[in-house]
Amino acid sequence: MKKLIAVLLVVVMIAGILAGCGAKKSGGTLTMGTNAEFPPYEYYEGDKIVGIDAEIAAAIADKLGMELKIEDMAFDAIIPAITSGKIDMGMAGMTVTDERKQSVDFSDSYATGVQAVIVAENSAITSVDDLSAGGLTIGVQSSTTGDLYMTWDLEDPGLATVQRYNKGADAVQALVTGKVDCVVIDNEPAKAFVEANPGLKILPTAYTEEDYAIAFAKGNTELQTKVNEALKELIADGTVAKIIDKYIGG
Amino acid sequence: MFESLKSQFILNFVDDERWRYLVNGLANTLKITFASVVLGIIIGVIIAIVRSTWDKTGADMRPGVGKFFLRLANGFCKLYLTVIRGTPVVVQLMIIYYIIFAASNNGVGIAMLAFGINSGAYVAEIIRGGIMSIDAGQFEAGRSLGLNYTQTMRHIIIPQAFKNVLPALANEFIVLLKETSVAGYVSVLDLTKGGDIIRGRTYSAFMPLIAVALIYLVLVIFFTWLVGRLERRLRSSDH
Repeated sequence: MKKLIAVLLVVVMIAGILAGCGAKKSGGTLTMGTNAEFPPYEYYEGDKIVGIDAEIAAAIADKLGMELKIEDMAFDAIIPAITSGKIDMGMAGMTVTDERKQSVDFSDSYATGVQAVIVAENSAITSVDDLSAGGLTIGVQSSTTGDLYMTWDLEDPGLATVQRYNKGADAVQALVTGKVDCVVIDNEPAKAFVEANPGLKILPTAYTEEDYAIAFAKGNTELQTKVNEALKELIADGTVAKIIDKYIGG
Repeated sequence: MFESLKSQFILNFVDDERWRYLVNGLANTLKITFASVVLGIIIGVIIAIVRSTWDKTGADMRPGVGKFFLRLANGFCKLYLTVIRGTPVVVQLMIIYYIIFAASNNGVGIAMLAFGINSGAYVAEIIRGGIMSIDAGQFEAGRSLGLNYTQTMRHIIIPQAFKNVLPALANEFIVLLKETSVAGYVSVLDLTKGGDIIRGRTYSAFMPLIAVALIYLVLVIFFTWLVGRLERRLRSSDH
């Protein structure tokens, strides 16, 4: 009896594997170039590239019935790889700039990275440039984009001290009591915190404000249109927001 | 399997010198633990002496200033024990950080104070238990030999009590070492927070958490062994 069950199990497993092989996508391969050193947008987890861009790309490929292939390369090499046709598209938390627009076409934006700076109303910090003046203590929420930016831009070069709090609200509380000089955090929660705590304000200019979009070879309007359509659907049904929340939210 | 573990290890500890978070965190964890153990024992001994003196002699004391102050001190100690043992340490830590020392930015110092004050309450009861456990005959023998109350306590009761409470004190130390893992709530980079920061950078749970757990485990095993040696040393003077 036991043997019979074992044999049946093996048969089922083999059938499963074969079925998996058979389910190849029919629409061809969509090759995406990225630079997997930009968490949370793209980075390695084990030997797999994951992140917001990777998941959105997978969802797009799914919609188009194509199989996604991710190529990791230096960030500078992505645009040349697109123009030379080595890859179909570039997706690397890439900000739309006029310079880039001259060599590639961009999709609609699928994400914005806005980091706001909260300060006390009478603070000596009046612009984002003041953050790197030296000697400031900056509060952030652990592991958010704001934390990453502050760590890379200010703490690593020794320009400021970064205090990491478990919650954004804790960082703001520390700002209220004067433990930190400012808080760098995503724009949406920042607005809520300032509203709840009189005496705080958001600096008029954000620390960073970036429209992220997908790059295509110039004139590849066919793919551009298809991706834009898929993207529109994914934004409309909340898939994109869900993916972004998964990595940045909290 | 091995390759992926290796790349995970490199990602979590080698890249960007992420191991520094663990090393700096470990240093802070040890600093906070040792400082608060010392503070806790000082607070604990003072409170235990006040409480046990009141319990042993309060009833026989002649009414007067001395009795009044002892009663007052005893009441204060009881209040402290009730409040500290009745609230979670992480809440106490945040009250001290955000309210009492709102203007101070010295997170490590605040953590030392908070955990020390917290530990003091538990140490006090451990030591009081030790003092009360010594047979009344020991105390009477001391007094009948001409020692006064303080001398009897210092030379006869406390040394015996200390030996009795050592396992419980060691246990308190181990609990405290692990309790400091909530220091991250007030932006102190302790061992746990160090692991959390790595986790936030690499988005992998396995390596940072296991590493943090192993470091705590090794510390506790080491300190347990150390206390075991001390106990054996003390026991050898029994006969």
